[in-house]
Amino acid sequence: MTRMIGEQDYTTVAQDLLARASKQGATAADVMVADGETLSVQVRMGAVDRLTKAREKRMGLRVFFGQRSASASTSDFSRDSLDRFVQETCALAQAVVEDPVSGLPERGQLATEFPELHIHDATKLQTDEQIALALRAERAAFAADSRITNSEGGECDSSSGRIILANSHGFLGQYANSSFSLSVSPIASDAAGMQRDYWYGVNRTFAKLESPEAIGQEATRRTVRKLGARKVATCRVPVIFDPEVAGSLLSHLCSALSGYALYKGASFLIGQLGQQIAPDFVTIYDDGRMAGGLGTRPFDGEGLPTRKQAVVERGRLTSYLLDTYSGKKLGLPSTGNAARSIGESPSAGPTNFYMVPGTTRPEDILASVKQGLYVTDLIGFGINMVTGDYSRGASGFWIENGELAYPVEEITIASNLKQMYSTIETIGSNLVFRGRIASPTVKIAEMMVAGN
Amino acid sequence: MSNNESGALARFGVTDRDIEQALGRVKVSTVDYADLYFEYCQSESVSMEEGIVKRATKSVGQGVGVRATAGEKTGFAYSDELTPRDLNIAADTARYIANSVQGTAPVPVTHRPALARNLYPHDRATIEVATRDRVTLLNAIDAEARRYDPRIKNVMAAYNTEYKIMLVATSDGLMVGDIQPLSRLQVTCIAEENGNRQVGTFGGGGRIGLDYFQNDQRYLHFAREAAREAILNLNAVDAPAGVMPVVLGGGWPGILLHEAIGHGLEADFNRKKTSAFSNLMGKKVASDVCTIVDDGTLPFRRGSLNVDDEGTPTSRTVLIEKGILRGYITDKLNARLMGIPVTGNGRRESYQSVVLPRMTNTFMLAGESDPQDIIKSVKKGLYAVSFGGGQVDITNGKFVFSASEAYLIEDGKITRPVKGATLIGSGPDILKQVSMVGHDLKLDEGIGTCGKEGQSVPVGVGLPTIRIDEITVGGTKASS
Repeated sequence: MTRMIGEQDYTTVAQDLLARASKQGATAADVMVADGETLSVQVRMGAVDRLTKAREKRMGLRVFFGQRSASASTSDFSRDSLDRFVQETCALAQAVVEDPVSGLPERGQLATEFPELHIHDATKLQTDEQIALALRAERAAFAADSRITNSEGGECDSSSGRIILANSHGFLGQYANSSFSLSVSPIASDAAGMQRDYWYGVNRTFAKLESPEAIGQEATRRTVRKLGARKVATCRVPVIFDPEVAGSLLSHLCSALSGYALYKGASFLIGQLGQQIAPDFVTIYDDGRMAGGLGTRPFDGEGLPTRKQAVVERGRLTSYLLDTYSGKKLGLPSTGNAARSIGESPSAGPTNFYMVPGTTRPEDILASVKQGLYVTDLIGFGINMVTGDYSRGASGFWIENGELAYPVEEITIASNLKQMYSTIETIGSNLVFRGRIASPTVKIAEMMVAGN
Repeated sequence: MSNNESGALARFGVTDRDIEQALGRVKVSTVDYADLYFEYCQSESVSMEEGIVKRATKSVGQGVGVRATAGEKTGFAYSDELTPRDLNIAADTARYIANSVQGTAPVPVTHRPALARNLYPHDRATIEVATRDRVTLLNAIDAEARRYDPRIKNVMAAYNTEYKIMLVATSDGLMVGDIQPLSRLQVTCIAEENGNRQVGTFGGGGRIGLDYFQNDQRYLHFAREAAREAILNLNAVDAPAGVMPVVLGGGWPGILLHEAIGHGLEADFNRKKTSAFSNLMGKKVASDVCTIVDDGTLPFRRGSLNVDDEGTPTSRTVLIEKGILRGYITDKLNARLMGIPVTGNGRRESYQSVVLPRMTNTFMLAGESDPQDIIKSVKKGLYAVSFGGGQVDITNGKFVFSASEAYLIEDGKITRPVKGATLIGSGPDILKQVSMVGHDLKLDEGIGTCGKEGQSVPVGVGLPTIRIDEITVGGTKASS
């Protein structure tokens, strides 16, 4: 792990905070400190549009008084403020009700090894370099097709930060990470109107970021193909999800598998552990140790080691996503999936979450559909996590005889997520990580498409 | 503390001189406009589930954002330290876009208007309620929801408050401060019967304090409404799919206006000509019965502000008048570039974000129809009264919003509840389909949060009962 200036200070601050909490009578506590810097450049129509630069830091404290607990956060690290901060957090904890399940993880569960995971690249980009990258991406988008007449702009961001976690069991862990991203959002127009799409690259290592030209050209390809989109008649047909939107089906799965949704009765997958929820060719992993992954970290939000685990194996649900608290509520051990926002108590969520690719080429999946829908964009929030009911705005292409016939828009697709997972018909051989959640192309046997 | 800039200045520990020097450093001749935005925000959340109040969180943050605009360019930097040194570093970063050396002449900040009005006078103690009082309230909510119906199996409720002090100093020589309280109570119930589980939610709030929720035991009403929706959905049938007439109830269904036209009328998209509404000013975009305004001046509302985040007093802007597109929602940058009036809609999530033109409270004025007659006019369609979120693609104008409580209308009568479904339409066309507007304008309960470019700000919406002749309903059941 790369050592950064000032690192020592924050570990000292964290330990100092734990000592103060203990002095105030807290029986246990943990502290998370995060700091980072960001440089964001947006260009539009060949000129700089917006430049944002910032450095920030934040500290979160969670205290326990027996089985009462509370959390707080502050950006004010001055000595005087910290005293009041600890006092107020302790007062807050003493005002809530005892929760028999609350507490830190057991000492023996905490991470002791911190392997190199390649999530920090110390490359520092100059403002002008980032401007140049964003301009190149936008220029490439315009050059790729004369129907690109306008632009929402190109953006190049770089950020780096670090996380320090300490608790009263003596755990002290830290890691640094970085992120570099480049995106462009061109607008195409013709007599019928305007369409916008975008494309992007994001990586923890700058050298691995796709070229601005490749990003610009892909953005334009995705945008111009939407021109002339129309509605289709209401019908029930097979639906193919482009990898970009297939990932959203995995995001919904993560929400349904979060221990918090499960114990509250707010998930459509309650009681499904060990059950078949998808066909036997579906296997899904959560892997917190994937080298260079956007969801990779050496330990989770409570200090437990991250790991690689099958969540769905040959269609069978083999694991929930749990932290200590939600695990205890369900009578299960933590899966090392504690997610943590500074100053909040933990929640449970994925690290790098992906569906294992199949053997069918995406073009062969398309060829298998006589009449159906190929979805490239989804909008709206029409998902009921309690029932799995699913209804979202969609656009994409109408498929006729195994080929994309014409672009479609202003339609919805609807079904139930449980039904959708169990009727996955084919999985593509194409898996590319472009975020923490990744999926190949997915074909669902049938969904209701509402249009004209 | 008085609701003006002097108290805020003391809070931030900066002097007039620090501010004038930092402004001078950034406002060089090639910079059109610059501002410093100081913010202190304390928020607290107490939540309950499974009958016990087990979570309490508190967060305190403060900082300054320094911004410079030159032509269409914006330079922006922020810092969570407020020393003169940090102010100067931020000022130098913001000035980078102007390709200029630092300015040396301080910019005098002389115009310090006392707020002409206070839309949300409050006592700090009623906003930052003692934790034990929040606990009492949430316990009562849990009991009430479970009493409503034994099929309610879990109740989740949260009481969140925010106490924000802002101070903005601009290169126009203006300095203005405001205290912006915000409270919200949210209840979610899960009902279960024979393995069928359903959810119901209800929430509300505004720039108000605990007394608002206590008046007439409003918090118990919240509990009953969430429970009622969950129980109702136990019997919901599949929603229909396809184009049909839809009647929207009053209040929160006004999210239609927010998604379908509000975003499309934000000045930044129109300046860049990336909105489906670009070039439609003065044109007919809705039926004659539609008049729509954005109004940031309604007392105590969630979307209201005394001044926007550039120090401009908020106002009432007519967006659509009897079907004709009349106005855009602006901030200073876009108003200047487009040569149109500043409407007081320059908003930012926090000192860490740039100002964008944003909505405040967006609603349709009441019409003349009797709501009962509107329902009676539909032979076969949908009556939707409560919604989850919505979203819009500004460029092609397609928007969605998802019903969480809806009923079938058959032969002019409300019959069975249906499962949630997404409604999809096209912004510049949908309001032409509005054929009846009720006399029952209602504003929402105060739960809206609008997201744009990753920034969330509180907003309000409102709507009378309206009839939309044709819109696509995204259910799962083919119409017979």
